[in-house]
Amino acid sequence: MDTLATYALRLGDDSLIAGQRLGEWCGHAPALEVDLSLANVALDQIGQATHFLALAGEIEGQGRDADKLAFHRDVMDFTNCLLVEQPNGDFAQTIARLFLFSHYQELVFAALATSKDAHFAAIAAKAVKEVAYHATLASDWVVRLGDGTEESRARMVAGLDWMWRFVDELFVMDEVDTAALAAGVGIDKAALRGAWDQRIDAVLADANLARPAARRPVLGGRVGRHSEHLGHILSEMQFLQRAYPGATW
Amino acid sequence: MQTMRAILADVPDPEIPAVSIIDLGIVREINEARVVITPTYSGCPATFAIEQMIRAALDAGGFADVAIETTLAPAWSTDWISDEGREKLRAYGIAPPPKGASASALKNAQAAECPRCGSSNTEEISRFGSTPCKALWRCKACAEPFDRFKCH
Repeated sequence: MDTLATYALRLGDDSLIAGQRLGEWCGHAPALEVDLSLANVALDQIGQATHFLALAGEIEGQGRDADKLAFHRDVMDFTNCLLVEQPNGDFAQTIARLFLFSHYQELVFAALATSKDAHFAAIAAKAVKEVAYHATLASDWVVRLGDGTEESRARMVAGLDWMWRFVDELFVMDEVDTAALAAGVGIDKAALRGAWDQRIDAVLADANLARPAARRPVLGGRVGRHSEHLGHILSEMQFLQRAYPGATW
Repeated sequence: MQTMRAILADVPDPEIPAVSIIDLGIVREINEARVVITPTYSGCPATFAIEQMIRAALDAGGFADVAIETTLAPAWSTDWISDEGREKLRAYGIAPPPKGASASALKNAQAAECPRCGSSNTEEISRFGSTPCKALWRCKACAEPFDRFKCH
């Protein structure tokens, strides 16, 4: 795949795996309203993934559409960041992941909306309005759990602690990112780190939570080195199209 | 023969049938060659259904050779819901979004007006409701829950 196709693929894979993971809560959330919220967020993410993966397929020009890319790639071909494939754990751990990821996505899409490539810009301009809601939802819960009971606070702390080592990967600029940036299409993710830190710190302060201690970052998702968790996501997500290729509703 | 616009004005939104796709502002262009529509949300499951309904309505109206295209830019906004559409939403029991508030109302959501009793003494129950475009609210005056169209 060429650089821009890979660039679109990464954005699509992030949203796809985030949405598929979050969708596991459907029917299991602690309250009906939360169930609706998480399912709606997952739906937004999968919608964004559809647009980015379709774009990746178009740029690639090998006839692969969004479904083909979602359902017929093996685990090492996935380019999502490691954060989004992390297990849901308890509700607080899921909220921790959504909190860190949706603030990142909001900054990414706001910047990408000014891309000189009209396709990337259009998807991002639409998505940024959606992820603003996700970030608000997740932040509200971080405060509610972090500043809640002893039990909810302990769980929120543990959830953030689990996810924290996957944060640095979000802002890494490798050769694909650098080339996309140089082409005027991609964005400078490293430059978003300061704004992201500010947003996260402000919410953590509201929640009376300390920022988790710095950990050795875990990297590799962008080049297909994933945790064992992604394979399990795919086995469920891809089962039908693998067992019955080309099946339609 | 009905005009294309009149035909499209009779195509209801599949999830909120009280309003038409014209009322919702998702029809961006109508001409002899094509109808251009834009999705409300990236993952809106109604997008495909809407396209099929438009196709059926155009075919029945004698416009079988008109293409249907989808565009993402500019991104749909609740500001594009017509005044008539807003009234239809209210009558249907859904509080319409305030106009011109698509960006600013996100963080500090103004109190919605209860579509049943008109009171502003209302509170948000859940920012996400039964469809991607709605939030769940409750009226503290008449005690009824209601949907509110999210500012977007």
